[in-house]
Amino acid sequence: MSNGIFIICTSGTREKLQMAAMIAAVGAASGSAVSVFFSMNALQYFIKGGSTDAPVEGEFGSLMANNEGVPRFKDLFLQAADLGDAALLPCSMAMDLMEVSESDLDAEFGAPTGLTRFLSDAEGGQLYTF
Amino acid sequence: MNETKIIDARNTFCPGPLMELITYIRQADVGDSLELLSTDDGTANDVPEWIEKVGHEMISSEKVEGVWHITVRKTK
Repeated sequence: MSNGIFIICTSGTREKLQMAAMIAAVGAASGSAVSVFFSMNALQYFIKGGSTDAPVEGEFGSLMANNEGVPRFKDLFLQAADLGDAALLPCSMAMDLMEVSESDLDAEFGAPTGLTRFLSDAEGGQLYTF
Repeated sequence: MNETKIIDARNTFCPGPLMELITYIRQADVGDSLELLSTDDGTANDVPEWIEKVGHEMISSEKVEGVWHITVRKTK
């Protein structure tokens, strides 16, 4: 894949996840091929039944958390997959360490993916990291 | 053609109104008009940008008493 939007999410904070989700949703809905790689502290929110209450980094995170009009980052990621066919890819290393399997993750998620494969796919595309 | 579908996205923030519009425009028939209501000023810029990019038609955009009324037509 090339000329697409590739997003690496490693942070578990609300602000970074929100911005990543906004890019994924709008990009996918606008016709761009979008792939999102979830690793480190970002993956936990997509385990079925898990909490989506991400901690804030600063005041803006609190503003978003306390305003019901702000779309939830998880909903935006899932919309990116549903409306724009974005690929939501769990990091295989993170899954191993967290001892979770593919069936433990939200249904919109794709197969466990290694960083080497993701970076190979991202060649020539726009790469964002959060 | 059906009557204009109203999408009330007031009091939601970017990209909520745009995503609401996209959800409904996918369900609409070609030729249908949709009117998005939004109190988010950024939406007034984002929607025309998205419409141009994906190839639908902007009909009108105006702010009335603090609410943007953005009307578009599905063309494909």
